[in-house]
Amino acid sequence: MFDVLFRQAPDGQLYIDWIWSGLGWTLLLAFFGWWIAFVLGVVVGVARTMSNPVIASLGRAYVEIFRNVPLLVQMFLWYFVMPELLPTQIGNAIKQIPPPWGSFWPALICLSLYTSARVAEQVRAGIEALPSGQREAAAALGLSTGRTYRLVLIPQALRLIVPSLTSEVMGIYKNTSVALTIGLLELTAQARAISEATFQTFVAFAAATIIYLLLALCAYQLMIFIDERVRIPGTEVKRAKQSLHRLLFRKSGAST
Amino acid sequence: MNSIDFSIVVPALPYLWEGLKFSLILTLAAFAIGMVLGTALALVQHLEVPILAQFARGYIAIMRSIPLILVLFWFFFLVPIVIGYLNGTGRPVPIGATYTAFITFGLFEAAYYSEIIRVGLRSLPKGQYEAAEALSLPTWKIYWLVILPQVIRAVSPIILSQTIILFQDTSLVYVLSMTDLLGAASKLGQLNGRLVELYLTVAVVYFVICFAASQLVAVLKARTAIKTR
Repeated sequence: MFDVLFRQAPDGQLYIDWIWSGLGWTLLLAFFGWWIAFVLGVVVGVARTMSNPVIASLGRAYVEIFRNVPLLVQMFLWYFVMPELLPTQIGNAIKQIPPPWGSFWPALICLSLYTSARVAEQVRAGIEALPSGQREAAAALGLSTGRTYRLVLIPQALRLIVPSLTSEVMGIYKNTSVALTIGLLELTAQARAISEATFQTFVAFAAATIIYLLLALCAYQLMIFIDERVRIPGTEVKRAKQSLHRLLFRKSGAST
Repeated sequence: MNSIDFSIVVPALPYLWEGLKFSLILTLAAFAIGMVLGTALALVQHLEVPILAQFARGYIAIMRSIPLILVLFWFFFLVPIVIGYLNGTGRPVPIGATYTAFITFGLFEAAYYSEIIRVGLRSLPKGQYEAAEALSLPTWKIYWLVILPQVIRAVSPIILSQTIILFQDTSLVYVLSMTDLLGAASKLGQLNGRLVELYLTVAVVYFVICFAASQLVAVLKARTAIKTR
């Protein structure tokens, strides 16, 4: 039934090439978006656990803003609104960026910041789940705040939250589909394009669905692998409680 | 580009309000459908009903692995066909975008709600099941009178968080050119060239609603925590 994918499209390629191209953009966006989100998320998550009230409330404001505005609205803010708010010359220069990069960069910024707020909440939960003795022992050893976080708290917290980060990893590759609204031809957009060009809606959507399912499976297996590699022996008891804990702190995969 | 002028938002408010009403109704409808269906999906897994339990697991895994936008595309293509098939004519029956959106979001959210309820069912102390059985209540009464009321109460903060996400996700009906809050802003903005002001306004409205609701989640969390102690 998938033979339609191997027919020639109007642009001379095969329809299956449209799928591969869409998959490429989806993966590119998800991969780089994830690493930016992860780094930013750790920084903001740490900020939220600092005793300095100014830094902590800045961290909170960051998280609340990016979590309480829908991803699609944020996408439009970066794509349509941002160039208008910048000085005219810079704004015009941004609008001149040719497609697909003109859609890719706003989508990357948007998805990274949105996901980073969610990662930050997980990081904060991880740090707060550590026994206070860890911080106290680090202080007793004379470690500075920076070293306490870098050498003691963050390495342990990140290991703890690997299972809950799984849903964020799965969230970001699903959320890449929102970039189609600003014109990025990622996987879902290509599936729709094939459906419109061939009227084989079922086949086009089924192909995309299967690819997304395979991606989910890969992401899931990868996270289990990482979890097993970095797990500290003896912390399994805590992990049993994590399923509920995880549910409490996850957004959803945006659902979306 | 012309300077930013928020005074143009005032005449747009009635239209934006119509959009917001649709967003809220869609959220409510999807919440109702999703909770009923989600509870059913969680129960067949918990009771290990043959075939249905496997079906529920597969359904949830698929729904949670593919993007909501793709699910929307799927249902807008499939629902008319399925209804045509069900009413015997075999021809696709267009039932209108609104109803299709209700069905799609309800079925999609059911997968997420059922995961929350399933964890709640597992975390309830075994004694509750045993005591209900010792009273020789029939299975449906065990769940309806004893188990579910406690589970729903315990997971209510998580249910509410998920509903906030659902409310944010309703903005995705934009891809079907429907007029929710964001769709209203987008349609007006394309007419009068004031996308900047309208999108910023919409962002603030979403933020205020979702932030207020998330504060309510914090209150609920504190309350349910005391009750279980």
